[in-house]
Amino acid sequence: MDGKKEITITVNSKDYTAEVEQDKPLAAFLRDDLGLLGTRTACEVGECGVCTVLINGKAYNSCIVLAAELDGCNITTIEGLAKDGKLDPVQQAFVELDAVQCGYCTPGMIMAAKGLLNENPNPTDDEIKHALAGNFCRCTGYNNIIKAVKKAAKM
Amino acid sequence: MKNEYVGKSVRRERILNKVTGVQRYVCDRKLSGMLYAKLYRSEYGCADIIDIDVKEALKSYGVVDVITADDIEKPIPRFGSVVNDQPILAENNVKYYGEPIAAVVAASDYSAKQAIKKIKVSYKENKAVTTIDAALAPDAPVVNSDYLAAKREGLNKNVYDEYDYGWGDVDSARKNADFTVKNKYSFPMVYHFSLENYGCVAAPEDDGLVIWTPIQHPFIMRRVIADSFGIPQSKIKVVAEEIGGGFGGKGYPKLEPIAAYLALRLKRPVKLDLSFNEGFCSARRLANSTTVETGFDKEGKIVFQNIRADYLIGAYAAEGPRIAAKAGYTACGAYNAENSRIKVRVINSNTSPSTAFRGFGMPQLVWAVERNLDEASRIMNFDRLELRRKNIPDKGKELIPNDNPADGDWKYALDKAAEKIGFNSPKAPFQGKGIAIGIKNPIPASMSMSIVRLLSDGSVIVNVGTTEMGQGARTAMKQIAAEILNIPIDMVSIRMGDTSTAPFDQSTAGSRSTLSMGNAVVDACNDINNQLRRYAAEFYNLGNDTVRLEDGYIVLHNDRISYKDFLKEYFGLNQADIIGKGQFRGKKSRKVKLGGTSDFWEFIVTAVDLTVDKKTGAIKFNKIVNVTDAGKIINPLQAEGQELGGTVMALGHTLTEQMLYDEHGRLLNADPLNYCIFTCNDVPKDIESYFIENKDGAGPFGSKGIGEGSVLALSAAVGNAIEDATGISFKELPITKEKLFFKLKEVD
Repeated sequence: MDGKKEITITVNSKDYTAEVEQDKPLAAFLRDDLGLLGTRTACEVGECGVCTVLINGKAYNSCIVLAAELDGCNITTIEGLAKDGKLDPVQQAFVELDAVQCGYCTPGMIMAAKGLLNENPNPTDDEIKHALAGNFCRCTGYNNIIKAVKKAAKM
Repeated sequence: MKNEYVGKSVRRERILNKVTGVQRYVCDRKLSGMLYAKLYRSEYGCADIIDIDVKEALKSYGVVDVITADDIEKPIPRFGSVVNDQPILAENNVKYYGEPIAAVVAASDYSAKQAIKKIKVSYKENKAVTTIDAALAPDAPVVNSDYLAAKREGLNKNVYDEYDYGWGDVDSARKNADFTVKNKYSFPMVYHFSLENYGCVAAPEDDGLVIWTPIQHPFIMRRVIADSFGIPQSKIKVVAEEIGGGFGGKGYPKLEPIAAYLALRLKRPVKLDLSFNEGFCSARRLANSTTVETGFDKEGKIVFQNIRADYLIGAYAAEGPRIAAKAGYTACGAYNAENSRIKVRVINSNTSPSTAFRGFGMPQLVWAVERNLDEASRIMNFDRLELRRKNIPDKGKELIPNDNPADGDWKYALDKAAEKIGFNSPKAPFQGKGIAIGIKNPIPASMSMSIVRLLSDGSVIVNVGTTEMGQGARTAMKQIAAEILNIPIDMVSIRMGDTSTAPFDQSTAGSRSTLSMGNAVVDACNDINNQLRRYAAEFYNLGNDTVRLEDGYIVLHNDRISYKDFLKEYFGLNQADIIGKGQFRGKKSRKVKLGGTSDFWEFIVTAVDLTVDKKTGAIKFNKIVNVTDAGKIINPLQAEGQELGGTVMALGHTLTEQMLYDEHGRLLNADPLNYCIFTCNDVPKDIESYFIENKDGAGPFGSKGIGEGSVLALSAAVGNAIEDATGISFKELPITKEKLFFKLKEVD
């Protein structure tokens, strides 16, 4: 460990001032320091998309972003989407179209979709496929996920 | 009975937890005092271990212990689902790349990871054997000299075992055949690639052990751990956590035995999480090479099938032999050849342990048999559909001697797939259509049991040993229970996969749960219904047959009383449960080599319409159609999801995926990007599923099993379509874009 750094960071609309190890990935910070276990990891080298969260509204693989570098940033995780007990449209569409099987990749997939819709509220099929191409899913075969994102865009 | 839930797309259980991040998996489990283990793994496919230097690792911050085979009392504990042959840590030598050599246990995951880097191992490298041909070469080194075949006379020393099936007289049939078509096909090693890594937590409890692990078959795990460590099964509790993708890869013990050993040794909970890349060294599908010789008469009737199937397993048996033995039984596919000879060999190699993978050895054989049928149709100038239709048994007719006959209208399924893909409609240049039939049976003579409890408030707990890995068993069991008990589905809770509370279940595999466990749940719920009627008759002094059950009410002449109110009256303030016991037993038969008859035939027709880009070799799928003989679908949306997911998985197996080894036996592409599964970008849009529902299955409401079907026939359907489009006959998978590109150039 190469020392610690103090950062101020907003996670799911809540402000934190935290001392974080310089080499701690954001995913580990969310899971270990904040107990936000909805952000899961798999490959830990930024290839599978399972750990996707939003940083200032854009989708990133949280396993390869260091928490120490996020001073002043605004993070949204899967736990931050539903508001007042109401699912986010992307979550709602995933439920309605059964775009979930084992569910392990689901939070990352939903956050990647949120990142896309933030930038492009009305994506085409190809734009959705391109935006989610870095998020692996071995269960669903993707088509219901693509449909769900499309549906969410209209909700 | 009113039909409220079965056949409806009832919302997937736990889906709200899954979309909100609330769902927990084993990686989230923490116990007080828990230690973290990491494994040091072999860098070679085959080597003698000269020295293991753990001094620096032992001094590393936070390390509690570093264990090698030298630290373990002899004989070293060994494990395996077929035979206990795999040591928990390598002893003297390593037999595959990634074989565990040492375990570090530390106070934190971080400390364990740091310490593992400080271990140094020196090896004397030996020649590794990683292919079927290399293993069968006359001068091949013996992969595993400790076990079985290596000690058997007359067999190649790398042949672990052989299995023979067959009937009739192939030699005579061959003499009389008008056409004989013989080809050799191969299927590479592929990896399950579930997104949840392998991991587990093992903890001492009382005089035994608890293991939390995403395991499909918790009762097999319990048996293997008990056998390996000489502990009574009653002292071992296996809790199957929600599984983040299984596909067969999470069926059998892999990392749990070493975690269990460490927990018992250190008397503390130990968590062992593997990295994504370590997964590739832990499990994979059996590679296969199959020679199919099929003989026909002039009318296109198959008169014999002669099949030699070689399966490549790893250095240790793992589940490999059982897979090869079982799949070999149905090697002739969906056709009732009058004469057949099937010879299966299981071959050791210095590669990752092989295990079950969706389809249990059948995708490899269907690839061979169905490709060979298309080759035959070309040589015989016979219509491809007609050739298949001619040889599929009618419903009720024999498929395999002494086994259950064909249990569906399979010709109708074939015709429907052909119609939906437009099999005979005109094609553009480089457009091709292919069709193939997949078939398999579940584990014969298996057992599933269930306990269902009706509590005094009218709510219900269904206890099953089935596990949930995204296939939807949790939802299906709930639908079945609510339907049979005639109560609102929200009153039903499902408890799964805990060996200390659930009664026995063989496994969550082979598309068997809906039929096998479903029947056990039906049986248990009927037991409750019978008891309710009996208690009501006793309480109100009526005849048993005058009491009816309806929508959670007991109906007596014109009176209705809810279960809740009745139980309150009957049991009084002190309450009590009504417990229903149910079981399903597959039929045993000495006449069938697998030990029992097939509970159902999982039958699917896959049809593909594709266009090949002549310049690049890229394939565009115009449409893919699956028609499944399902009996009755319990949950349409989830059934479609299973088929869609399986189809896309099989597209990867067909076009992009394979595990590659170098000359040192090192796995070259054990990482997410270089292994190449299908992504969102690659997936075809038009994938359609049709289910034939004649309620003719032996499962609840006439259901049969589904889930593996979609990976059985896709490869052959694609291969057949590519040949139709280009005239190029591929006999090896995967059919990569590069291979197709260069073949197209050759032809041009």
